[in-house]
Amino acid sequence: MTATTTASTRRKVMPFLRRHTLTLYAMVAFAYLFIPVLLVILFGFNDVSGRFNYSWEGFTLDSWRSVFLGAEFGGVPGLFDSLLVSLRLAFLSALGATVLGTLIALALVRYQFRGRSTTNLILFLPMATPEVVMGSSILALFLAIRFSLGFTTLLVAHILFNISYVVVTVKARLQGFDRHLEEAAMDLYANEWETFRRVTLPMIMPGVFAAFLLAFALSFDDFIISNFNSGQTVTFPLYIFGAAQRGIPPEVNVLGTLVFLVTVTIMLVNVWMQRRRT
Amino acid sequence: MSTVAQEAAPTTRGTNWRRKLVPYGLLLPGGLWLIVFYVVPMLRLVSVSLQTGIYPRYRFSWAWSNYAELVTNYGGQAVNSFAYALSATVIAFLIAYPLAYFIAFRGGRWKNFLLVMLLMPFLMPFLLRTLSWKIILADNGLVVDLFKALNLLGEDGRLLATGVAVVAGIVYNFLAFMTLPIYVSLEKIDRSLVEAANDLYASPAVAFRKVTFPLSRPGVVAGTLLTFIPAVGDYVNAVLLGTPQQFMIGNVIQSRFLVVLDYPVAAALSFTLMIVTVLLIIPYVRASGTEDLVA
Repeated sequence: MTATTTASTRRKVMPFLRRHTLTLYAMVAFAYLFIPVLLVILFGFNDVSGRFNYSWEGFTLDSWRSVFLGAEFGGVPGLFDSLLVSLRLAFLSALGATVLGTLIALALVRYQFRGRSTTNLILFLPMATPEVVMGSSILALFLAIRFSLGFTTLLVAHILFNISYVVVTVKARLQGFDRHLEEAAMDLYANEWETFRRVTLPMIMPGVFAAFLLAFALSFDDFIISNFNSGQTVTFPLYIFGAAQRGIPPEVNVLGTLVFLVTVTIMLVNVWMQRRRT
Repeated sequence: MSTVAQEAAPTTRGTNWRRKLVPYGLLLPGGLWLIVFYVVPMLRLVSVSLQTGIYPRYRFSWAWSNYAELVTNYGGQAVNSFAYALSATVIAFLIAYPLAYFIAFRGGRWKNFLLVMLLMPFLMPFLLRTLSWKIILADNGLVVDLFKALNLLGEDGRLLATGVAVVAGIVYNFLAFMTLPIYVSLEKIDRSLVEAANDLYASPAVAFRKVTFPLSRPGVVAGTLLTFIPAVGDYVNAVLLGTPQQFMIGNVIQSRFLVVLDYPVAAALSFTLMIVTVLLIIPYVRASGTEDLVA
């Protein structure tokens, strides 16, 4: 009797308790995720006196003013240039990887062919390879052929590590849609190219666009592989790393905050558009 | 043009030779890129790793001794890599699993919002969010004070510039790689299986242990690999949050390649890391097959 009542109260209390401890836990976990981000934003408003920007010394808008109103945008020599290099690199490498990766994804989903598992493996390996290994192996190649390091070598390397992620993203989208629409187009005497252009491509476009955004983000934020293949070219992460040795000016936090705000906006718009579509 | 259209239209006989070539045409540009800039460099790395000489004249000579340096000269860094990556993976799992569980099972209509929240911190540039940990773990900061109050840290103890800071940075940076795969596999679980366990008088704990957790195992395995592999090769967290005493094998590879220009040893260490990675993923590939690798 008592055993069953305790069991039944346990059955009532336990899920209640579990539900709320878990909610509380999740709130703590999200706080943990966001505190470092908020600190980056906050320290863009820090009134720094010395070289290092790691302890709070008072509120100021100076760094924000300097970013927008300084002699050059960014406020610190080289900072804005590095941002431009990163944007150009991210755009071009995302574009290249999106084209190459989408074609591979089409082959994998739409066709049966010999060498499938080899293809899957060669696509998976770059995603599993530690960045330091990939960066150093490409460097070993460039050294061997005496190719001078710079924007081109960065672009080659970034396209390489992005291809697999594009394939994964586009493939997910391709698997989700109705094959019959393409067959209908073929039955109506559209050739393969026309079918692709008028039926397949418009349907996978959201997936292709999502893949482009992912590749852009991965390229923009890459440090390790760029570290090995940049030569004299300075990307935004390379600038931050270099600055970290001698003390980061708060203007870097301001630009980081701007990057964060822009990418968050793009992500939210993307999510919102996908929700509207469904 | 019209002949092409007719040729390409599906016939009742099925595929013809032209259709058979289409997939290879689609694979060619990307496949070439992967072979020329991934497979070939990896082979080049092996060949460099067996060279000897003095910069800039290195010559191939089956110098296996380069590989021995991992133990003889860089044992400390190798141990650091392994220990930090392992602790970071375990801690990341402990943080990520309940979080993924919460989003998958309690998220309700907030699920998408919570996923966006989970990914949002990773849109802050990687190095800046790592450097934030310098502020959090600073010697006069709240965390250090708390640790001292709890007697976890001596009077002049520090967290920054220790292994703790490096592990904290690694956990934070790779947390999404752990959380997302676990979330995906929890999300796929057929809820009626858990209900069936409850109907059969399994306590929530037993239902979790016998039903939910085993079904989420693919996500746990994937998340563990996706966290451990980048963690073991990382050197950014050790540079920014540690001191040379905390340096990992990635730091050695970086400085041998880019500063000391000792390519053979750097290549040997790098390729060793690749071998470790491959050894880790082989059982995973065996279990899941190649088709799920890029799905």
